[in-house]
Amino acid sequence: MTEPVLSIKDLVVEFPFRDDVFRAVNGVSFDIMPGEVVGVVGESGAGKSMSGSAVIGLIERPGHIAGGEIRLKGERIDNLPEEAKAKLRGKRIGMVFQDPLTSLNPLYTVGEQLVETIRTHLPLNEAQARQKAIDLLTEAGIPKAAERIDSYPHQFSGGMRQRVVIALAIAAEPELIIADEPTSALDVSVQAQIIKVLKKLCSSHGAAVMLITHDMGVIAQTADRMVVMHHGKVVETGTVGDIIRRPREAYTIKLIQSIPTILRQEHAAAPAEAANDDGAYVQVKNLVRDFEIGKGSFTKLLPGKTEIFRAVNDVSFSISKGETFGLVGESGSGKSTCAKMIVGLLRPTSGQIIVDGHDIWAGGKGHQERRKRVQMIFQDPYASLNPRWRVADIIAEPMRTLGIARNRSEVDDRVAELLRRVRLDPSVMRKFPHEFSGGQRQRIAIARALSSQPEFIVCDEPTSALDVSVQAQVLDLMSELQSEFGLTYLLISHNLAVVRQMSTAVGVLHNGVLVEKGPTDAIFDNPQADYTRMLLDAVPDISKVA
Amino acid sequence: MLAFIARRLVQSVIVMLVVAFIAFLVFRYVGDPLAALLSQDAKQADYDAARERLGLDQPFYVQFYYFVINALQGQFGISYRLQQPVSQLILERLPATIELAFASATIALVFGVLLGIYTALRPRAFSTGVIMTGSLVGVSLPTFLIGIGLIYVFAVELKWLPSFGRGEVVQIGWWRTGLLTQSGLRSLVLPAITLSLFQLTLIMRLVRAEMLEVLRTDYIRFARARGLSQRAINFGHALRNTMVPVITITGLQLGSVIAFAIITETVFQWPGVGSLFVNSVAAVDVPVMAAYLVFVALVFVVINLIVDILYFIVDPRLRDGARTGK
Amino acid sequence: MTDLPHSPEQPVVAVETSRWKTFLKSDIVWSYRHSPVTIVASIVALLLILMAVFAPLLAPYNPFNPATLNLMDGFTPPNSTSFSGKYFALGTDSQGRDMLSTIMYGSRVSLFVGFMATLFAMVMGVGLGLVSGYVGGVVDAIIMRVADVQLSFPAILIALLIFGVARGIIPPNQQEGAAVWVLIVAIGLANWAQFARTVRGATMVERQKDYVSAARLLGVNPIIILLRHVLPNVLGPVLVIGTISLALAIIEEATLSYLGVGVPPTQPSLGTLIRIGQQFMFSGEWWIILFPAITLILLALSVNLLGDWLRDALNPKLR
Repeated sequence: MTEPVLSIKDLVVEFPFRDDVFRAVNGVSFDIMPGEVVGVVGESGAGKSMSGSAVIGLIERPGHIAGGEIRLKGERIDNLPEEAKAKLRGKRIGMVFQDPLTSLNPLYTVGEQLVETIRTHLPLNEAQARQKAIDLLTEAGIPKAAERIDSYPHQFSGGMRQRVVIALAIAAEPELIIADEPTSALDVSVQAQIIKVLKKLCSSHGAAVMLITHDMGVIAQTADRMVVMHHGKVVETGTVGDIIRRPREAYTIKLIQSIPTILRQEHAAAPAEAANDDGAYVQVKNLVRDFEIGKGSFTKLLPGKTEIFRAVNDVSFSISKGETFGLVGESGSGKSTCAKMIVGLLRPTSGQIIVDGHDIWAGGKGHQERRKRVQMIFQDPYASLNPRWRVADIIAEPMRTLGIARNRSEVDDRVAELLRRVRLDPSVMRKFPHEFSGGQRQRIAIARALSSQPEFIVCDEPTSALDVSVQAQVLDLMSELQSEFGLTYLLISHNLAVVRQMSTAVGVLHNGVLVEKGPTDAIFDNPQADYTRMLLDAVPDISKVA
Repeated sequence: MLAFIARRLVQSVIVMLVVAFIAFLVFRYVGDPLAALLSQDAKQADYDAARERLGLDQPFYVQFYYFVINALQGQFGISYRLQQPVSQLILERLPATIELAFASATIALVFGVLLGIYTALRPRAFSTGVIMTGSLVGVSLPTFLIGIGLIYVFAVELKWLPSFGRGEVVQIGWWRTGLLTQSGLRSLVLPAITLSLFQLTLIMRLVRAEMLEVLRTDYIRFARARGLSQRAINFGHALRNTMVPVITITGLQLGSVIAFAIITETVFQWPGVGSLFVNSVAAVDVPVMAAYLVFVALVFVVINLIVDILYFIVDPRLRDGARTGK
Repeated sequence: MTDLPHSPEQPVVAVETSRWKTFLKSDIVWSYRHSPVTIVASIVALLLILMAVFAPLLAPYNPFNPATLNLMDGFTPPNSTSFSGKYFALGTDSQGRDMLSTIMYGSRVSLFVGFMATLFAMVMGVGLGLVSGYVGGVVDAIIMRVADVQLSFPAILIALLIFGVARGIIPPNQQEGAAVWVLIVAIGLANWAQFARTVRGATMVERQKDYVSAARLLGVNPIIILLRHVLPNVLGPVLVIGTISLALAIIEEATLSYLGVGVPPTQPSLGTLIRIGQQFMFSGEWWIILFPAITLILLALSVNLLGDWLRDALNPKLR
C-alpha cells in the first residue's frame, strides 16, 4: 500500500477566548492518497477551513494547533519551526483561496507574481521562470498568455484571476493543493470551468487535492472521496458515490436530504397558467432600467455625453395569484435591479409593473396600494435587520407605518402571532437581532414582511446566505406560509435547484434580457435557449455524482 | 493621464477661486479698509475720494475681478499694521518658513515611516508598546508646550542651543538663508524638531494602521501560502501596498507643516510667515490675513497635484482607469 | 427553533437577562476592566473635570477678587507660607494669585470651551455627514469638497482665521464678552469636517443595508429613516471622534490663548497661564508655568487615552 500524501491524525485547533477555549477543530483524522481529490464538506463553523489552514500552517492568531499530528509523505510537519513551515508552503503544499478578486496583489503584474513564486522555489533564471510562467498560464486556460502575462490583476475577470491563482498554486509542483472554496465566489458558468482547470492541472502535475467546500454539488462532480465535517469533528468518510447515495450517519442523511436538486421533483406543483395572462395578479410589462456610468457627481453638472448601461432590457412576465415565479440569473444579469423596481425602491426607466390592477409607479394611489400589497425578503439576514432595534420593533415597523395597528397591546399581540407563524417563540420579541442565528434572523425578516399583511412578496436570494440545512427549513416555511396566506412569490435566485424546488414558472435572465420563460418543468427538462442549456449543464448538482 | 491631470488642474483652479473669494470677502468686509488709510479727522470728501481711488464704489463682482487680477500679480495691498506692501512682507519672510518646513518635514517623514513600519511588523514587541504610548503622549502635547520644554532643557538649562531667532543669515539673491552658517543651523534644530513631532506621530500611526490593514488582506495570506520569504512579503508586497494610501495623507500633512509653523514660529520668535500671520490676526491686519490664506491654499493645491501624479506612478489600477477615460 | 446554530459565539439565550447584566458582561466593560491605563486615565479625567466644575467651592482662594490679592505675596514658591502669612500649595504668580486656584478656574474655562466647541462640531458634522451620505449627488459632492479642503488645513489655522474675522466684525466694546463664544465657534467650525466625513462614510454603508430598504419600501419618511435607523448605527465612531476631538479642542484653545488671541486675560485659561508663566521661566520661577502645563497635559492625555481605548474597544478586529 502506498503512503498517503497527507495524513491528519486527531487534529485539534483551539482559539482561546476571554475565559474559555473554543475548539474549531476537535479530533479530526483523515488521509489523502497521491493524486487523489478529497472533498472536505461541511456547513459554516464545521472547522473545514481551519483544518486546511492548519495543514499549510497559516492559522490566524490567537488560534493554534493544540493536539494531534499532520504528516506530509510520512514526515511530521505540524511541529516544525516557522521557517521550516514556510519552506513547505508553495513548494510542497499549494493553496487556492476563495476570492480571486482579493488573492492577487493589485500593484504587481500577474507575471511578476508568478516569476517571484517560481524563483523562490525553483533554481531558474528570470527568462526561464518567465517562460514557465507563460506555460502555466496557458495550461490554466488563459488565452494569449504570452501577451497577457504583463497585465495587472484588475485587467482580468474573476474567473480568469482564479485561473492565475491556480497557476500560482501549482507553480512549484507541490504534492498537495489545498483549495478552500475555490469556486464559491464565482458564477455557475465560470465555476464549472474552474473546477475543470483545477482538476486537470492537479492531475497533470501529480498533485493531490484537498477540496474544501460547503457545496455538495461541487464535491459530487469533482472529488474521489469525501470527508463530512460538523462542529469540528469528522462525521463520515467514504467515496463520494457511497456517501451521497447511501449516507450512514444521521447528520449526513439529513444534510443530503436538505440539498435541493435540479432534477424533477416528485411533489412538483402543477404548471402555471399560460404566461402573459392579462388577468394575472402581477404583470411586469417591458421593464427597462438604464444607469449612467463613468461620471462623478461634479462632472455630471457639466454638459457632455453620458454613457448608458442598460441593466434591465425589456423584461416582461406575469404571475398568477398564489403562484411562485422563479427569476434565475448570474451576477450582473439584472435580477436584483428587477426586484428593486418591482418593490418600489428603484424607478424604472420605462415599462409598467401592475399588481392587482394598480400601476405601482403611477403616483400617489399606486404607491399606497403597493405599500399595502408588496413586501420583500432580503438576501443577507445580518444586514436586513437593524442591529439597534428589538425584534418586536422590527416586526412592528410595517404595521405602525401603515397604520394597521396603533396601540401597544394590539401591536404586541400581532407581533407575537407573527413570531408563532414563523415558528419562533413569542418571548424572543424583547431580544436584539445579534442574539439569533442566520436562519432565525431570516424567520424574523419573514415575520416583518408578513406584518403589513401583503399579498405579494419579492424574495431576493432569500437563502443564499444560509447553510443548506437551514435553507431547507426556511424554504419549507416559505411554502407553508404561501398556502396559509395565499401569498404570491417572486423568487429571485442564482441557485437553479432552489428555483426548481419552489417555483411553478421560471424566467431566465441574462445580461438584462429575459432569454426564456415558461413552466418550471418545461424549462428544466427541455430548455430552448442556449444560455439556459449551458447553465443547466454547468451547475454542479448532487445528482451529477461521478 | 493627461486628461486626468487636466481635470485635476481645473479642480485646483476652482478651489483657488473659492479660497480667493473667501479671502476677498475677508479683505473687503472685515474692518474698514479706509479707516486704516485715512487719518482720524478725515472729511467725508476725503473718504469719497479714497473710495473712488481704491475702486470701492464699483460693483461687487468688478471688485472681485480686480482682486483676482491683483492677486495673480502678487498684489494684496498694503499692510495696515506695518504700512508696507503685503507681497514684500511675505516674500521677505518666506525663506525662513520654507527652510523650517523642509527641515521638519524631512524629520517627520523619515522617522514617521520607519517607526510606522517597525511597529507594524512587530505588533507585540515591548518596544512597539513604548513607541505607541510615546506617540499618544506626543499627540496630547500641544506644540507650544513641546517648544517651551525644549527651550527650557536645551537652551535654559544645558545652554547648548539658542532659544530664539534664526542666527546669522546669508543673502543669496532675494533668498536669505540660515543653512550656511553654524549659528543658523544651530538655531534651526529646536524649531525643526518641535514642528516635526506632531506630524511624525501622525505619519507613524498612519503608516502603522495601513500596514496592519494590508498585512491582514487575502493577497498577503496568499503570498504566504505561495511560500515567499517573510522579507519579500513585508517589504516587497506589504510596504508597497501600504504606500498607496499613505502618499495622499502624508503629502497633505507635509503641506500643513507650513501652516502649522504658525505656532512654532511664535514660540521660537522665528521670523517667518507664520509669526507674521499671528501678529496680523491679533491686530486685525486684514490684507495680510487674506494674502496668507491665498498663499496657504496655493501650497495645498500644488501639493495635492503632486500627490495625484505620484498616485499614478504607484497604482496601476488608476493608470488604467485614466487610459480608458473612466 | 431547530436551526443549527451558526457558530458557538451566538448562543440563543433562553433566559431573559436584565439590561444592566448584559451591559456588565459586554465586550466594552470587559476591555475596560482589563486595561489599567484606561482605568487610570478615566479617573484622572474625572478628577480634573470635577475639580474644574466645582472650582468655586473647592478653590482655596478667589484669584479674581482684587480685594484678597496682596502684591507682596507674589512669587511665593510652592508649599510655603507667603509674606502675609498665607499658605500656598502650588505657590503664587507675580501678582500674588494662588496658582492652585488659578489652575482650577483656568481648567474650568479650558474645559467649557473644549466641551462646547466639540458639541458644536459634533452637531454640525453629524448633521451634514448624515445628509451628505444619505442624499448623495451634488449635495454630497459640495459638502465633502469643503470638508476635504478644510481637513487639509490645520484646525488651528482655520480657528485663527475665524477668530481674526470675528474680531474685525464685532465692535471693540463687545469683544471681551464675546471672546469665549467666538473661540467656541472658531474651534467648532475648525473641527466639524472630521465628524462629517466619518458619519458620511458610515451612513453610506448603512443606507445600502437592507434594513433601510425595508423601511424605504414602506414609504417611511427619509428624515425618520435617518434619525431612527441610520443615526443609532453610526454613533459608535461619532463617540470615538468626539472624545479625541475634545482633547484636540482643549489643545487648540490652549494654543490660541497661548498665541494671545484666545480668551481675555480677565478669564485666563490654561493656555493663558502658560503664556504668562513663560515670562518667568528664564528667571527661575518655574512653578508659574509648570503646574498649568502639567494640568493641560494630564487633561489632554487622559482624554486622548480614553478615545484611543474606545476606538479599540468598539473595533475589536483592529487590535
